[in-house]
Amino acid sequence: MAEAARGAAAPILMAADVTRVIDRMAHQILEKTHGGADVALIGIPTRGVPLAARLADRIGVFENVGLPVGRLDITLYRDDLRLRGIRPLAETVEPDGGVTDRLIILVDDVLFSGRTVRAALDALRDLGRPRAVQLAVLVDRGHRELPIRADYVGKNLPTSLRQTVRVLLTETDGRDAVFIDEPRVPADETSARGGTA
Amino acid sequence: MNRHLLSAADLGREEALRILDTAEHLDRALSGREVKKLPPLRGRTVVNLFYEDSTRTRTSFELAAKRLSADVVNFAAKGSSVSKGESLKDTALTLEAMGADAVVIRHSYSGAAHRLATWVQGSVVNAGDGTHEHPTQALLDAFTIRRRLRGATGDLDGLRVAIVGDVLHSRVARSNVLLLTTLGARVTLVAPPTLVPRGVADWPVGCVFDLDSVLADTDVVMMLRVQRERMAGGFFPSAREYSRRYGLDARRMAMLGDTAIVMHPGPMNRGMEIAAEVADDPKRSTIVEQVTNGVSVRMAVLYLLLGGSEQLGD
Repeated sequence: MAEAARGAAAPILMAADVTRVIDRMAHQILEKTHGGADVALIGIPTRGVPLAARLADRIGVFENVGLPVGRLDITLYRDDLRLRGIRPLAETVEPDGGVTDRLIILVDDVLFSGRTVRAALDALRDLGRPRAVQLAVLVDRGHRELPIRADYVGKNLPTSLRQTVRVLLTETDGRDAVFIDEPRVPADETSARGGTA
Repeated sequence: MNRHLLSAADLGREEALRILDTAEHLDRALSGREVKKLPPLRGRTVVNLFYEDSTRTRTSFELAAKRLSADVVNFAAKGSSVSKGESLKDTALTLEAMGADAVVIRHSYSGAAHRLATWVQGSVVNAGDGTHEHPTQALLDAFTIRRRLRGATGDLDGLRVAIVGDVLHSRVARSNVLLLTTLGARVTLVAPPTLVPRGVADWPVGCVFDLDSVLADTDVVMMLRVQRERMAGGFFPSAREYSRRYGLDARRMAMLGDTAIVMHPGPMNRGMEIAAEVADDPKRSTIVEQVTNGVSVRMAVLYLLLGGSEQLGD
């Protein structure tokens, strides 16, 4: 039911757009890091992990460098662990060669409050001491609650707090797309506000 | 998961697997790391309340709590107000008044952990109560078996486990029978007739008196400690005779199948229930791994009991 209702809205990014955006981000990373020397990518589960792998793959195609890729589970570092209750843990894999003295680029799908990134910075600190840390996100939807910004942004999506940004990736969801879902409210309330649902 | 961990019988298959999976994740999250510490129990207090001597269990719980950033208070009955005659209830209420979020209790009376759980608000973890239960030992044994024989995933369906020795006085045996059968293993108890508990016919296990007869068809041999301190009753004629009939020596080890493993909860009586060459056999003996795994499993238990909100989900 919910799927059907959401399906009505057109995606903000279609599969080809997602591919182009990732290609551009790969180029930006190469440009800003002067060819990716000393760089490792670390994906934040769930969808940051395939994104990091794709960025590394494209960077390999463009410049023939193999960037090490890792993944970082931040569950135990969340500041809402106690409020939201126990959740299943995911795997942490350090990139080959570790993180110390490297330029680490954290990769996630959506940047929102910034709390996930804060948790990732804490988790990263326990793995070692990177030379610097940067952040790459497919979508920045605004509404930060912490002083955090991304170094590489695929798409800036101004949203209202009531909307939900939904990123689909082939590896986890069977296809690539980005949607903005409107809050599910009764139709009359929506029309009274002049909403776009 | 319930608020407490009192008995292996409280754990269904899903819950038990959730603990084992969480332990795997925590173990991998910490292995090879510079900082062997995770933050989820920051600001929580865990009290180790030990009325019986114990090195490995207390240290294991202490390390587990500290690696999750909890504050740990160790409370041994010796040299405390217990030796002045304070009751378990008063001690528990005192510790609670100091703000303990969890109490890990080891006591010589069966049922002590259950009683404690009715008095305190926090979580209670049974770290061994008399001859009754020792659920975290069973969890770490299941974890060790699963890692060695099942590639660290899934359950123990169809594995054949022999638990050998003083079953009558063993809380380790009781908890293992409950947990391993919940996870699908087929358990056989091997003990002298005097050391088989009454009512064993109602347990979901087989029971034999002859060790040699089961060795060839066993994936896991779990040796129990001969508990000299509980041995006032003359349950067998002599230590030598026990060792000859129920001790695991090199000759018996040679009868095991190729992949079979040998476990012991410790502390061992070398030369009594287990020969030194068996205990130190690198291929079969899991005794050192069991100790290491104990920390991971206890981290998982403490995390699942204390890490979230009051409501621990389904």
